[in-house]
Amino acid sequence: MPDISRPFLSVENLTVNFPTPDGIVHATESLSYTLERGKTLGIVGESGSGKSVSSSAILGLHRYSNAIVSGQIWLDGTDLLQISDNDMRLKRGKEVAMIFQDPLSALHPYYRVGDQIAEAYRAHNTVTKKAARARTIEMLARVGIPQPDRRVDDYPHQFSGGMRQRVMIAMALINDPTLLIADEPTTALDVTVQAQILDLLQDLQREFNTALIMITHDLGVIAEVADDVLVMYAGRAVEYGSARALLTKPSMPYTWGLIQSVPDVTGPVDRPLRPIPGSPPSLVQPPAGCAFFGRCAFSSLVPGDRCAHELPELLPIEAGHLKRCHLEDVSVMYAESVEADRVDTATVEAGAH
Amino acid sequence: MIAFAIRRILVGIVMLLAMVLVVFILFFAAGNPARDVCGKFCTPEKLKQVTQVYGYDQPISEQFGLFMKGLVVGRDYPVDDKYREALAKSNPDLVIHCPAPCLGYSQHDALTVNQDIVKYAPVTLSLSIYSFVLWIFFGVLIGVLAAVFKGRALDRITVGITLVVYALPTFFIGTFLLQFVAIKWRLVPYPSYVSIADGGVIGWFSSLFLPALTLALFYMAAYVRITRAFVLESLTEDYIRTARAKGLRTRVVLFKHGLRAALTPLLSMAGLDFAALLAGAVITESVFNYQGLGLLAVTANKNSDLPVLIGLVIVAGAAVILANIIVDILYAYVDPRVRLR
Repeated sequence: MPDISRPFLSVENLTVNFPTPDGIVHATESLSYTLERGKTLGIVGESGSGKSVSSSAILGLHRYSNAIVSGQIWLDGTDLLQISDNDMRLKRGKEVAMIFQDPLSALHPYYRVGDQIAEAYRAHNTVTKKAARARTIEMLARVGIPQPDRRVDDYPHQFSGGMRQRVMIAMALINDPTLLIADEPTTALDVTVQAQILDLLQDLQREFNTALIMITHDLGVIAEVADDVLVMYAGRAVEYGSARALLTKPSMPYTWGLIQSVPDVTGPVDRPLRPIPGSPPSLVQPPAGCAFFGRCAFSSLVPGDRCAHELPELLPIEAGHLKRCHLEDVSVMYAESVEADRVDTATVEAGAH
Repeated sequence: MIAFAIRRILVGIVMLLAMVLVVFILFFAAGNPARDVCGKFCTPEKLKQVTQVYGYDQPISEQFGLFMKGLVVGRDYPVDDKYREALAKSNPDLVIHCPAPCLGYSQHDALTVNQDIVKYAPVTLSLSIYSFVLWIFFGVLIGVLAAVFKGRALDRITVGITLVVYALPTFFIGTFLLQFVAIKWRLVPYPSYVSIADGGVIGWFSSLFLPALTLALFYMAAYVRITRAFVLESLTEDYIRTARAKGLRTRVVLFKHGLRAALTPLLSMAGLDFAALLAGAVITESVFNYQGLGLLAVTANKNSDLPVLIGLVIVAGAAVILANIIVDILYAYVDPRVRLR
């Protein structure tokens, strides 16, 4: 029975652990977020931050691995973690669909793309082969593949990268899913094709009123498509809020670092890149305090050793904007950046003379 | 596609010619084959005569030319022209015509090599095809099951058994089956080869069961392990995740998407293993005393019957080259990425 008060998608305290010989990998720790139909949630974070793992949990793909999943995933009034394997299978591809990062490896090399798409349709609809093929061609046309009635019989390797990703999108959307998860759909594509694919996804989202989860590490993508943004670090949400708030007023040094590390095409050409130094902590033995401690430039501003010993809670700083950070006054981050800009500009000018 | 096939066949012919040359030089450089033909009580005069009659006194290049000519248009024995013409008048039955592709003449067997091979080939061909079907069917089936039940009892038992079987030499398996299954327990009649012409399909089928099983077990053990590995590897591929994300049944994911990718490398292995079997069933044929090509090779080796050995090496080499070409062409059908237009 659909619960009126609950959002369309509500992930609550989702935890995914992988037992390995080296210990338990805490891939995702008590993650919570919500999403309504027609809206887009961007999940950002670097490799291994738990973006894909948490999203695969929505499709129930961890049922085929040794992962231990706990928490709740409410989709349209049903907790997806409580239903049987077969019920989950029937939802997979029909209500929840996923687009993967590398379309070349995500498509089976030995089967025609048309057959692979039709297979997704026939898994959830009792139709003739002919009807499934007609629907496939219609879908290929819808995602902008020229001559779909001919291309339907081609193999994945005969398509360009962008066209292959369109095939994946056609496959994911053929059953009009209510929730679409796009796992770095543009990472393997070049920039101009990226923009086309993003436009296509947004058009289709509007057309079908789909809820969209866009997993990416590209803040440009986030700025373009997301309504809400969830920043993940070492398996946890570290900042969560509307895209506007998060991109204009980032409140967690990690988010700030991500934004700062994007090269500015309007700035001086010689401006050095500003990467976040260091690398993420081990997920097998997570640190006791803040996972970002050690890479964070501002932890010294927090009184005592709180960053090292005390895991910050995900707390609201204003309505609908949460952060997991002990740092209270974020203006120091912005000030430091202005200073860095001044130094860089001075260095560039000095170099020019 | 046809151009590709023709190109592969032409390359195959060139390879075959090169192989014939190397084999010919290797064998004839070993010494004068006439010495063995001449026999125990060989006088220098007789040896000289035999050497001349069979053409072994001519330079290797000349002999190779004659051999190649025999392969292409056929030839007559004895080799020496004058001697043969004289023989044709006095005793025409002793002049042997060897039609193309002539692989030589075995003085020891008093048969052309072609006749020898045709005589022994049916057993080996039957044995190879029979065991090939056995090992491919059961090997792949058990391999897939082991992969699907990875880590569970079925998988562990299967992997354990295949390891033991794989480690057992063929002569042990063959002798064991013969001693126990056929002789002691009398589960099957004592195996002796029955051709289809003599015993019908059923007689042929049952007469070959034990030796074919002997041959197949070794390969089956290997194929179980290889299939298991290929399927397991294939199950980690991204397209398996895609198949699951589409909501397909587990059975479809495993057998349609998982096994399909594993079949391609299996195909190329199976082709080569089959070709190797045509010349390599020596031990099984010896254990069961089946008159096949392997036994012919052993006998020829014992008798220093060089022409037969050369012929066998060429036939075996040709089988491997042919199997390679067939696998290449099949590959293009099986894997659309190598399909040539």
